[in-house]
Amino acid sequence: MRIFISFLVGSIFGLGLLISGMTDTTKVQGWLDIFGNWDPTLAFVMGGAIIPMAIAWRYSMGRKPVLADTFPARPEPRVGRNLIVGSTLFGMGWALSGLCPGPAIASLGFGGVGGVVFLGSMLAGMVVAPAVRLRLDRVAAAV
Amino acid sequence: MPIDWIMGLAGGVLIGAAAALFLLVNGRIMGASGIIGGLVDGSGRNDWVERAALVAGLLLVPGIAALATGGSETNLTDNWGVIIASGLLVGIGTRLANGCTSGHGVCGISRLSLRGIVSTAFYIGAGGLTIVIFKHVLGVI
Repeated sequence: MRIFISFLVGSIFGLGLLISGMTDTTKVQGWLDIFGNWDPTLAFVMGGAIIPMAIAWRYSMGRKPVLADTFPARPEPRVGRNLIVGSTLFGMGWALSGLCPGPAIASLGFGGVGGVVFLGSMLAGMVVAPAVRLRLDRVAAAV
Repeated sequence: MPIDWIMGLAGGVLIGAAAALFLLVNGRIMGASGIIGGLVDGSGRNDWVERAALVAGLLLVPGIAALATGGSETNLTDNWGVIIASGLLVGIGTRLANGCTSGHGVCGISRLSLRGIVSTAFYIGAGGLTIVIFKHVLGVI
């Protein structure tokens, strides 16, 4: 049952990305193009997504998930080096192509060879990320 | 274009509904980079079937929907160097930061998580700056 729910979640997620236009890289780059021809669509997508999720977080208080024992614990509110460096690198990559991980998968069926090359590069980046993290820790310890 | 905004809002609500379903039923956070990353770096070994099922839905359903409605356009750049650099940065960055637009953005901000809010401020800020440099100054993208 959990597997079926996961498939359903991915399906609705993907449909939402397609309908909202987030699989169109020019819309994402347009949102980031504050000094050019700015496209506010992404703000509507974010706002639309945050509302049901905020209700879900509120509803989860004092309850248990239907098919699990506990809800994910709130992470320590610690803003560290990895969060800052990682988010900055991600933002740079996101702007260059207009793709982030969700839409990269959702658009794979119609995104052509470029989409496949992006996904391959992204997966390679994910594989080497733990080594990059180690290297960063070592550099930081040496400074 | 207001029709784009309405579609954005409608699609956004679907994305949020999917995240809410994942949280309330499976007790998990719908973060695309974490779910995919766990499949490639071995950290998601214990629940890889659930991760793969989510990725399968995420891949197949919009693919079929786009096909059924006459195709959809990603308008991705044809500059291979940019595509590869972008993919590497997104892969490394999201795993270092432990989240992306769905995890930190949608799931984090909606629970007023400090990490989610800070991460989102940094990736949007870095993205905006990257557009200024690579589009308006260098003219590469």
